[in-house]
Amino acid sequence: MSSAITTGFVPQAKARPPRAPDENYLNIAYGVKSWLLTTDHKRIAILYLFTVTILFFLGGAAATVIRLNLMTPTGELVPADTYNKLFSAHGIIMVWFFLVPVVPTVLGNFLVPMMLGARDLAFPKLNLLSWYIFTLGAIITLWAILAGGVDTGWTFYTPFSTKSARTNVIPTIIGIFISGFSSILTGLNFIATMHRMRAPGMTWFRMPLFLWAIYAGSIVLLLATPVLAMALILIGVERAWSIGIFDPDLGGDPVLFQHLFWFYSHPVVYIMILPAMGIVTEIIPCFARKNIFGYVFIAWSSVGIAVLGFLVWAHHMFVAGQSVYSAMIFSALSYLVAVPSAIKVFNWTATLYKGSVSLTTPMLFSLGFIALFTMGGLTGLMLAALGVDMHVHDTYFIIAHFHFIMVGGAVMGYMGGLHFWWPKMTGRMYSEFLSKLAALIIFVGFMLTFLPQFVLGYLGMPRRYHVYPAEFQILNVMSSAGASILGVGYVLPLFYLIWSLYAGKEAGPNPWGATGLEWQTPSPPPTHNFDETPTVTSGPYEYSLGGTELVG
Amino acid sequence: MSANHSILAHHFEDLEQQRETETFGMWMFLATEILIFGALITGYTIYRVRYPHDFEAASSKLNILIGSINTIVLLSSSLTMVLSVHAVRTGQQKMLLTCLTLTIVLGGTFLGLKALEYYIDYKENLVPGLAFEPGEWTALTPPVNPQRVKLMLVFYYIMTGLHAVHMIVGMGLLVWLIVRTRKGTLTPMSYMAVEVVGLYWHFVDIVWIFLLPLLYLTGTHHGSDLHFFK
Amino acid sequence: MSEPITPTRTYYGVFAALIALTLLTVGVSFLELGAWHTTVGVLIGVVKATLVALFFMHLLHSSRASWLAVLAGLFWLGILMVLTLSDYLTRQVLAY
Repeated sequence: MSSAITTGFVPQAKARPPRAPDENYLNIAYGVKSWLLTTDHKRIAILYLFTVTILFFLGGAAATVIRLNLMTPTGELVPADTYNKLFSAHGIIMVWFFLVPVVPTVLGNFLVPMMLGARDLAFPKLNLLSWYIFTLGAIITLWAILAGGVDTGWTFYTPFSTKSARTNVIPTIIGIFISGFSSILTGLNFIATMHRMRAPGMTWFRMPLFLWAIYAGSIVLLLATPVLAMALILIGVERAWSIGIFDPDLGGDPVLFQHLFWFYSHPVVYIMILPAMGIVTEIIPCFARKNIFGYVFIAWSSVGIAVLGFLVWAHHMFVAGQSVYSAMIFSALSYLVAVPSAIKVFNWTATLYKGSVSLTTPMLFSLGFIALFTMGGLTGLMLAALGVDMHVHDTYFIIAHFHFIMVGGAVMGYMGGLHFWWPKMTGRMYSEFLSKLAALIIFVGFMLTFLPQFVLGYLGMPRRYHVYPAEFQILNVMSSAGASILGVGYVLPLFYLIWSLYAGKEAGPNPWGATGLEWQTPSPPPTHNFDETPTVTSGPYEYSLGGTELVG
Repeated sequence: MSANHSILAHHFEDLEQQRETETFGMWMFLATEILIFGALITGYTIYRVRYPHDFEAASSKLNILIGSINTIVLLSSSLTMVLSVHAVRTGQQKMLLTCLTLTIVLGGTFLGLKALEYYIDYKENLVPGLAFEPGEWTALTPPVNPQRVKLMLVFYYIMTGLHAVHMIVGMGLLVWLIVRTRKGTLTPMSYMAVEVVGLYWHFVDIVWIFLLPLLYLTGTHHGSDLHFFK
Repeated sequence: MSEPITPTRTYYGVFAALIALTLLTVGVSFLELGAWHTTVGVLIGVVKATLVALFFMHLLHSSRASWLAVLAGLFWLGILMVLTLSDYLTRQVLAY
């Protein structure tokens, strides 16, 4: 790899403390204390990587038992109330403790300052604090789930959660409430950094599109999370003191809880998907060796999704008893979100067109993302239609739809990003064969798991039941078989990525021949990211200017 | 510039950038606070619109005298807070200490009066779950639905309670500022801590500015409402 | 380069206005306004909050980014209120 890839990068004469040639953020200090008290955004990213990976496999374990139980129509494996606790645990852990934090806190923390040419996030201590808050919230919620569990589903719908449920509702919502502040602080930190810490020459429209996506996701984190916090507090108050805030017998309205809950929980889907879209937008130009098509459109469509995402929440409540007039408004607004999403898909496709595409592992995950996200998005349009939604509401059609977005979309994107930036984070390359195999297994396993669920839902199998009529068994067995393939696909990277730390070959600063500031510094990067503050003179995807050749 | 070296954190280029980032960070936090209280106000509004008569009846029983005095106490504390910012920026250390102390005293006065008000509410059977007589409300002409009164009172306690929690956090921050003033680390060059805590303090004040009309001033009051003890 | 230091007489003036508005809003609550109590009270509140934000919180001299944060907070609160009320205010208009 030559060093001729310095388009857009002019070293600036500015004094920094001298650095030993091999010193980087990983080997500058050793010991548990050096990690637990670090304020380096890259080390905090690794702390998050460690935490959310554990939580991902815990949530996955719950899903495994759910799918095993659904192998037979009579559900012999676990009793009904255990089943309720399992799907609640799966939803709660995966939504709040994996999908929401994963891309912003792992890849966002690592990359936001590096892509901006900054030395750290704007508030490094706040960043560490938010990891502690997150971990505290996760521990409380896990304790509540393991010591008795909670059976409300991840949605905590009233009046069940306030009057009927006899499980650990309050400890669980306390954990979620606490971890919400971690979300707020992370979003705040990212936005402040992007406004104030850009390197000289790094204008808004020279920022990599991953940053636009993180910015848009941070808006959602900042402005949606407080409303969830209050909805949870009201549940806690009503449960603890038997006051009828949401109880129709006592003058309250249960639909109000749903309004407050979905004001957060619909936009939260965009917290998951926007950063994943950002990752794909970085990977595709790199492996098509082309400038991104329609930079400005992709940038603004991220912000557009963040804003429009707040205008559609009551499409989760079409059958909940809201007014017909309001349902029609929300149905119409829901279609609007498809516009910025489609803009992105068209632009990715146009970028691929006539590009010299190389099918590396990150690229495979990105292509998988586009396929699965598009399917999830199109079924979302079906659900936005009032009449169709009445038919398939609370069936497996919904389950399949949102898993296509959240697992097919967000997790595929995250896996792509992890494989793309792993050499930068660790300085090592993983096994190309095994990683491509994992991408393939995940894609096949995913399709086999969730395609049958569309059919099941359309035929009328409701969600959240631990038994079902015998004629649904074939499709359920297919889905469970797919889930076990998917499971293998998720465990495999755990092994070859850890193995790469010990035996992987040295990655060098820029193994993919990518543009972007993060590739202009050694891998793993030094603590201050850049030996000299870079000055930016051009856009982020200048692959057409030559001098970039893909190695390997 | 060497004097500023310890004030400037390692990852900023200059003090100007650091100051703007800190103010902006606090403003973003306040934007989330707008939605924290906004979510409660939305819930309150839904029921206020639905049960106007009952909510007005409940509101007229709240202690408008203490509510109004507390508003003036809180506005005065905002004045002393902003005078602290002025004092630190003009390098008047003694004035700074006086203003910060006054702000804490006024904040404490607010919380003391608030506690007294809760006690009077308790004496007047206005606490659902602890002291509440449905009969007092059904006996009114026209009769008032006690469940809906409870709903109004619950929102009153949650909103004023959350506001009080914010006041306590603010007073903690003020103590930290006083400690720093005594150490002499708040100077015209490094005054941002006072400005940022001030932003928070004024925001809590603004929340109260809206709680006053929403909770206390709904429904028509009469001279007889001006009571401390029944 | 940092923001200008506001003279203290501005602060005292704003404080006087805030106290006057408080007395006004409490006084008005004793009038027979029917359904308009909340509207009038909130409008006076908006004026008071604007004074506090512009002068005590120095929004007048703050960066555009700070303005953006405030306006975003208010805009999103507007979304929450308007769309939630679009349900509650139309429940009777078009019933199932």
